[in-house]
Amino acid sequence: MSETGQQLRNKDIVGIKDLSCDEIELILNTAVGFRDVLRRDIKKVPTLRGKTVVNLFFEPSTRTRTSFELAAKRLSTDVINFSVSASSMVKGESLIDTAMTIQALGADIVIIRHSSSGVPHLLARHLNASVINAGDGINEHPTQALLDAFTIMEKYSRIKGLKIAIVGDILHSRVAKSNIYCLRTLGAEVRLIGPPTLIPEGLIDPDIEIFHSMEEGLRDIDVVMMLRIQMERQDRGFFPTTDEYFRFWGLTLERLSLARPGAMVMHPGPMNRGIEIVSAVADSPQSVILEQVTNGIAARMAVLYLLSGRRG
Amino acid sequence: MSKELLDSKDMDRTITRMAHEILEKSRGVERVCLVGIQRGGVYLAKRLAEKIKLIEGRDVPVGALDIALYRDDLNIRKEYPAVRQTDIPFEITGQVVVLVDDVLFTGRSIRAAMDALMDIGRPARIELAVLIDRGHRELPVRADFVGRNIPTSHEENVEVEFLEDGGKDKVVLNQE
Repeated sequence: MSETGQQLRNKDIVGIKDLSCDEIELILNTAVGFRDVLRRDIKKVPTLRGKTVVNLFFEPSTRTRTSFELAAKRLSTDVINFSVSASSMVKGESLIDTAMTIQALGADIVIIRHSSSGVPHLLARHLNASVINAGDGINEHPTQALLDAFTIMEKYSRIKGLKIAIVGDILHSRVAKSNIYCLRTLGAEVRLIGPPTLIPEGLIDPDIEIFHSMEEGLRDIDVVMMLRIQMERQDRGFFPTTDEYFRFWGLTLERLSLARPGAMVMHPGPMNRGIEIVSAVADSPQSVILEQVTNGIAARMAVLYLLSGRRG
Repeated sequence: MSKELLDSKDMDRTITRMAHEILEKSRGVERVCLVGIQRGGVYLAKRLAEKIKLIEGRDVPVGALDIALYRDDLNIRKEYPAVRQTDIPFEITGQVVVLVDDVLFTGRSIRAAMDALMDIGRPARIELAVLIDRGHRELPVRADFVGRNIPTSHEENVEVEFLEDGGKDKVVLNQE
């Protein structure tokens, strides 16, 4: 007799780009119930007993993989971690064959991370199982954007109309791209701040303001979303040195004071302290960096629940 | 086709009687808390708490429990139910928890609710209060406090409406 919920339209979550405003709100509302579960002594519910979730990671990741693994376990699923070095990919098996094998083992949901953009989309087309993108190349990282939006909602109870700055290496950041889609869909005013070499102008929605100065960009901001400088992608001289990067783009207490009083500071981790953010900011009461980690589990539980719950 | 079984005055009198019965059984409100099942049960639990306050002059803690994650029909449903908030901002371990729901039917929601409660704490006792008992139990569940017993057929459906939900207080029997 209980009312049925709204549903997600697709069997997969490969990008925020494909989600409607209603679907994003459904995920965020569902995550509230799971955050409550995570606050109890017994942080587990029997909901998805008998389902199998496979973490298929072709790129090293501890945080995201652990977060998905915990989310799946707290819903009582069986979780298998399939990492590339241990798999037969090294023996020359194709990506699709690996995925088909995992499906034949009985996976209901496959969570994939890959260094090439578009791999989750490819798998989603070949598998009957649901596919969740846990980060593909420089394209998207949808669950990071969902947990970020959830964290903002927790503090402000809304996203519409908030001024949100995303700071740093937008060009290489799948986190930034997913956040831009998500926050714009939910009605935030999004600004990008960073050096011209790291902001892909022209590829971006014309309503998004771009600033090449922290001092100008941070004014009146409600939320500052810092990005990690991806050391592994900086071999082509997008900026001269990390010292210089810090001087121009590092988030210091002084720069943070230009934003709205009490503005929220976010970072997807892992942080490079002293390069994109100073410890005094990262550890300040305005920082929600650890809440983001906790909320990541709730948001991912919501996604696993909603994908399991949709039929036909 | 639908028929009004209780109007707002009937509902109010019934809830008043249930509040008296809860107090009588527990000899006051010491160690008693009310936990409503989302959503109708939550409205009813708040009403009961207001009545208890009027009668006894004491506040009883009121919580809300969502049972979506504990349902036994997830694998046979067309789609999963919406997940609502569980908000029990007090300790239930060692307390007498009066579980509150609007309609008691198969008893399956109550089984789910008891499992959900047990994951939150270990109550000294769980009691059950329902506004309407419409019969057709599929599990060995019995209510301690019943507003009205209304025998129904499987084709019928009992709907409890609350002022808080945007309508007015009434209980309606719908025929399919």
